[in-house]
Amino acid sequence: MIHVQGLHKRFGDTRVLEGVDHMQKAGEVAVLIGPSGCGKSTFLRCLNQLEQADAGTIEIDGLVVGPRADRKTRTELRRRTGMVFQQFHLFPHLTVLGNVIEAPVHVGGMSRADATALAMELLAKVGLGDRAGFHPAQLSGGQQQRVAIARALAMRPRVLLFDEPTSSLDPQLRGEVLTVLRDLAAEGRTMLLVTHEMGLARDIADQVLFFDAGKVAESGPPEQVFGDPLHPRTREFLRGTHS
Amino acid sequence: MTPSRFRALSAPVLVLVLFVLGLFPAPSSSARADSWEGLTNRGVVRWANDAEGGAPYIFHPADDASKLVGFEVEFAEALCSRLGLRSEFVQYNWANLIPGLRQGGNFDIVVAALERTPENLAQVGMSRPYFVFGQQLVARAADTGITSLDGLRGRTVGVLGATLSQRLATEAGAEVRVYDENVNYFRDLELGRIDAVLTDSPIAEVNLRDRPLLRRAGRPFAPGFYAVAVPAGDTRLLERIDGAILELYRDGTLERIYRKHGLWSSEQATIGTWTDSGEAANPVTRPAGGFARWNVYLPILLRAAVTTVWVTCASMALAVAWGLVLAVGRVYGPAPARWFSIAYVEVFRGTPLLLQLYFVYFGLAQQLGWKLSAGAAAVLTLGLNYAANEAENYRAGLQAVPRGQTEAALALGMTPWLTFRRILLPQALRISLPSVTNDFIALFKDSSIVSVIGLVELTKEFLIRALDAGDYLGLGVMTAAIYFAMGWAASAAARAIERRLHP
Repeated sequence: MIHVQGLHKRFGDTRVLEGVDHMQKAGEVAVLIGPSGCGKSTFLRCLNQLEQADAGTIEIDGLVVGPRADRKTRTELRRRTGMVFQQFHLFPHLTVLGNVIEAPVHVGGMSRADATALAMELLAKVGLGDRAGFHPAQLSGGQQQRVAIARALAMRPRVLLFDEPTSSLDPQLRGEVLTVLRDLAAEGRTMLLVTHEMGLARDIADQVLFFDAGKVAESGPPEQVFGDPLHPRTREFLRGTHS
Repeated sequence: MTPSRFRALSAPVLVLVLFVLGLFPAPSSSARADSWEGLTNRGVVRWANDAEGGAPYIFHPADDASKLVGFEVEFAEALCSRLGLRSEFVQYNWANLIPGLRQGGNFDIVVAALERTPENLAQVGMSRPYFVFGQQLVARAADTGITSLDGLRGRTVGVLGATLSQRLATEAGAEVRVYDENVNYFRDLELGRIDAVLTDSPIAEVNLRDRPLLRRAGRPFAPGFYAVAVPAGDTRLLERIDGAILELYRDGTLERIYRKHGLWSSEQATIGTWTDSGEAANPVTRPAGGFARWNVYLPILLRAAVTTVWVTCASMALAVAWGLVLAVGRVYGPAPARWFSIAYVEVFRGTPLLLQLYFVYFGLAQQLGWKLSAGAAAVLTLGLNYAANEAENYRAGLQAVPRGQTEAALALGMTPWLTFRRILLPQALRISLPSVTNDFIALFKDSSIVSVIGLVELTKEFLIRALDAGDYLGLGVMTAAIYFAMGWAASAAARAIERRLHP
């Protein structure tokens, strides 16, 4: 389903990704952990084409994007992925409903009525069916992030990408977002998740990728990576986290 | 051109100042009715004119821009020396000479082609004539259809404001375009923007010399007199001046001056034979102050305000659209678009609006043959000028939208254009709306500048009527109230939009 080979990315003189490989089957959840600045977010952003890799290929469901891929192919890759950001990035001038139906109507060409029906279904799923007419500024951080998840789901992506979705939330608001993430994993969604929530990683991950210095230093099922890490850097990192 | 332009620009402000000043009693001008003793003690007469009057009255000769010459300059100097006093020229805006004289302080007399009319006699003292002129109709050489005032019904005629010419052209049923100086209507006539000019014969005389496209249409008619104006009731000074004029006529000084300028004619004999027929003794009943006749003046001012409103709204629409293009070019465009946008903004906000208006209205017509109507030139200039401001407002708005908004939109598969239109632009507009509203209200006031190309908008109408009624205060309050109402309506509309954008 997902096959990444030899991904390289540099910003000026800074090498951020130095040959990342990754394989993932449909319905699996991959959790990306590692110290900040290790390239996890950049990797996610490359999958979504917010960044273009300098070298290496990304394949999702048979669609291959390399450094010289044309714009159409890149756009198609983007359509197959949905992104949820740390800072939500909801559109403040639109209502909750407006945020969710924006892309289905204007990108997907869905009728407003169909998009609204879909959006209401998704908002109910993330527990915000009664907030459709609100504006983002009227919602708590946890509610905003759940809207952002519904917004990503509305484009029916094959792969969901989460870039530290709970990191900017107060601890008491994280729970509601974590619940949604667990539900999505249980549904069998294909997900890549950058997070510092080790408990969540343990519960939902099919594989855990430990990033260090632009590479996947270690990967494997959570029991193995958390229980018996091979790499000294992984051990060091895990000692610093508590969960 | 500077003094009158400054006035046009700041008139709305002036109106408010006058209003405040009006709360305090003005010093009475009759207290200094006899100024002769003061003048002789000082040894100098300060005489006022407006160098914008141009040839042959008062102008800077082409070979020495630092000198002031003209038949009125020479006459004024001869008059002062005949009075045994030194002469000192004071520059003053022509349209405000009479109010300025009545108010006192800046100058002692006016020698500026003021006509000896009942209207003027009701406000100031006027000497015997020092020059006899006629009304001269001027048309294009190619347009042989116009021969007299009778043929002017429905045609567009340029005149100087508040003159006999304006009254005669209006009475003849012509569509009258009012100018506030003597050169631009000839330009507009050559360019075909108007059909004829009705003006004083000396003005026609001089301006036809180097304008082969134009011709005299008929002989001068409706003789009138230029007279020296002194403060009302200052009879001692007036008698001295009358005596001096008669002497200057009799000893041939006037003939020498007028011949030098090609203005001598047999009609000037009237200067010697003229006797006061008593107009001064029976002054026309002046209308009561403007405020008391608000029912007359308010509709007139409101009609002029319609011009202000459409010029403002059309200019703003252009500024908003073009400003947006510039802002997008600046923020998202390739290097050449960015440079163009930067250069455009700097040039348009770094040069005077008035200069741009002349450039568009006269410059383009003369150099490129683009003869824009006054309305089109006004809207184009104000629109292009304000676009520079709007571009900066939108740029500020676009740059204030967080980067994450773009990323979120792109991540959803939106194209850059869709992202701009659906996500960035609405947020940027919301951010820049207060500044845009500010500019919109400012434009209501700035639009008064278009009066210099002959559009009678609210401020111009106020100046014309205030001069007529001799009431700057009452009409000023009315005019200020109309400006205030327009600005208030604009901000109310902006507030309503803002409420919709910020639920």
